[in-house]
Amino acid sequence: MSRGELLLSSTASEQARLARYTQRKFVNRLALTLSLLAMAFGLFWLAWILFETVRLGVGGLNLATLTQMTPPPNDAGGLANAIYGSFLMVLLATLVGTPIGIMAGIYLAEFDSQGWLAQVTRFVNDILLSAPSIVIGLFVYAVVVTRFKSFSGYAGVMALALIVIPVVIRTTENMLQLVPAGLREAAYALGAPKWKVILSITLRASRAGVLTGILLAVARIAGETAPLLFTALSNQFWSSSLSEPMASLPVTIFKFAMSPYENWQKLAWAGVFLITLAVLGLNILARVLTRSKT
Amino acid sequence: MNATSATPAAPKISVRNLDFFYGKFHALKNINLEIPEKKVTAFIGPSGCGKSTLLRVFNRMFELYPEQRAEGEVWLDGENLLISKKDVALLRARVGMVFQKPTPFPMSIFDNIAFGVKLFESPGTTDLEERVEWALRKAALWGEVKDKLKQSGASLSGGQQQRLCIARGIAIKPEILLLDEPCSALDPISTAKIEELIVELKSDYTVVIVTHNMQQAARCSDLTAYMYLGDLIEFGTTEQMFFQPTRKETEDYITGRFG
Repeated sequence: MSRGELLLSSTASEQARLARYTQRKFVNRLALTLSLLAMAFGLFWLAWILFETVRLGVGGLNLATLTQMTPPPNDAGGLANAIYGSFLMVLLATLVGTPIGIMAGIYLAEFDSQGWLAQVTRFVNDILLSAPSIVIGLFVYAVVVTRFKSFSGYAGVMALALIVIPVVIRTTENMLQLVPAGLREAAYALGAPKWKVILSITLRASRAGVLTGILLAVARIAGETAPLLFTALSNQFWSSSLSEPMASLPVTIFKFAMSPYENWQKLAWAGVFLITLAVLGLNILARVLTRSKT
Repeated sequence: MNATSATPAAPKISVRNLDFFYGKFHALKNINLEIPEKKVTAFIGPSGCGKSTLLRVFNRMFELYPEQRAEGEVWLDGENLLISKKDVALLRARVGMVFQKPTPFPMSIFDNIAFGVKLFESPGTTDLEERVEWALRKAALWGEVKDKLKQSGASLSGGQQQRLCIARGIAIKPEILLLDEPCSALDPISTAKIEELIVELKSDYTVVIVTHNMQQAARCSDLTAYMYLGDLIEFGTTEQMFFQPTRKETEDYITGRFG
């Protein structure tokens, strides 16, 4: 090949490279634009929802909302019993569901992860994870409420715990699997027994992720209405006994928002505002925890 | 190093007719080898030759994975550890291991060292503090971390993390220290520090090191074993292996004509 031909071919290859580069830049721009549009679409609705929630919620919010019971129609009152009921049931459901979920997640990730029991558990858990929450509500209704012939806070706690468990199982398993094998081996190499390796090393290394899973589960059940409709029902009055029907924010919102009474509607918006605030706070906390991990 | 060190009276570890399998793959073939006490023994050879596999037999690390199995005999102080009924944790307390990648535990520098100590002893606070300091001094890390023992182990540099792992290994006072390519992820300065440390450690410990780095084997080992495709090709004093290897394969590998 003469020098001239070499020069020619290098120009040709440069042109081809340039054409390819221009095309790539165009595709890049297109993909970026589409992604930004998708984000704007999502953000638009989120911002609108938050704006409406704040606008209508803050109006109905005052000290009485936090201290007084749910009122009869066209009377003054608050959401104290619903807030307390929600808080208590979510807390207990988390306390019941978290240890079960974490232990099952440990089993799936650390013990015999390919065995038939693990495979079946994983499959059933996936079904439970995607089961509509109203199905879980009806299940607890059939198993607990009809047997004891009473709606109760306990039944509500059980329904909510059944929603917490699969979420915690899934995140715990995934987070434990992310722990590098080298870290486990290093602990075993020191002569640590298996339970010690799991508790002090692997679970500890993935604690931010596991905690995030728990917080997301809490955020999810804090807003669940369906599983409580048939289980805890609701209660117009202060009820601290879990064996009686118990008020909760989502069910109260459901009831009040559909009513024709203006004071109930106002309280429903206040409740929506409170739940949104709590869920938003939990999500931000979960985000902060995962970030501090890296 | 004297000339008799290749055939010491009482070997610390003797391997006899050892075969090793990953599922159906035959990874070690009829290995016979005696590792002397308080010397540094290096395993060299190209990737996949089985040197790490052999190392992981000595503390039965392979047992974590059900598809891996070893056949034959590995004698440690007169006991065949492959059929030993003793808890594997007790074996691992005597045979420590440091891995290729530094693996600081997700806890403070102090707790990284204390973790292993507390597995087998229940020392008082002062004793524990002394032991941690002793191990960190031994691993040439004390000067760099003595003011930040409460900080996370992950906050150290790669070379410091590796020395932390060595300190963690020697804190439980094992008799044997297995080092699986301990310097491959480190810069030359950290490597030099760890090599110095290895030479120092042999006054108290039997050290077995797997390395890809021939110069490293030459610099810090007393004996060298050359392995290839699951076979032990040649084993002798490092001097002899590097200057007058008896097998042609060894010479080719060491001089860089192969591998």
